[in-house]
Amino acid sequence: MPQSRHSRRTILRAAGALAAGGAALRLSLRPAHATPESMREAIRDAIGEAPVRTGKVKIDLPPIVENGNSVPCTVAVDSPMTADDYVKAIHIFNEKNPLPNIISVQLGPRAGRAGFSTRIRLADSQTVTAIAEMSDGTCWSGDVDVIVTLAACIEESIR
Amino acid sequence: MIGRALIHVPPSAKRGEVIEIKTLVSHIMETGFRIGVNGKPIPRDIIQDFVCTYNGAEVFRAKLHPAIAANPFISFFTIATESGTLAFSWTDLNGANRVQTAEIKVE
Repeated sequence: MPQSRHSRRTILRAAGALAAGGAALRLSLRPAHATPESMREAIRDAIGEAPVRTGKVKIDLPPIVENGNSVPCTVAVDSPMTADDYVKAIHIFNEKNPLPNIISVQLGPRAGRAGFSTRIRLADSQTVTAIAEMSDGTCWSGDVDVIVTLAACIEESIR
Repeated sequence: MIGRALIHVPPSAKRGEVIEIKTLVSHIMETGFRIGVNGKPIPRDIIQDFVCTYNGAEVFRAKLHPAIAANPFISFFTIATESGTLAFSWTDLNGANRVQTAEIKVE
């Protein structure tokens, strides 16, 4: 058997380089903050022009969702919830459902703990963002990426 | 139509304790984006407002959008301040309303 021009080592090296290149390409194709225009508008409608800083808000969703029709979602905000330092409102937004809003809640110092849970619908794999409005007027946000395998709103047409 | 609601409020609590309240109400939460068998969109029918009052004072309010799953479940917290009644009210897009109450004893 004649010796091949490409040794096992060079082929493996080439394959490794290809794989690394592919990964780099995928990473560069994915924008850092994919926030479609409608979600940004919905956020502006809800909280006005106040700057939004990242932090203090923790949004919990399962990382992989089998059925987008009912996804448990919990938001918790880091706040002492005293009479002069509390969370006024929490909003949840999404990028790829037909509508950008999910829920807006209003609470006050009587809540004792800043947070709530609900179940939401997700039409696609996307980033879900929660924004908390504090009593001092500052706004904080937290987001989470979810992968949805069966989307809500689209497949079924029953009744 | 807003169906029956299930509410979980601890029957008793210590004064100043943070309690968790869980609510689940029966409702289709039709998004308005689905197409029916006749080819026409099924009209939107969702619960839009949820309010919880504690002895008459509002402690929690939520505005729901079509992205909330059918049979809306909402859980939240409040401080047990005094014995009395927690009233929960759900209102849909047509203005139909359902109110249910729960008692709490605070020591």
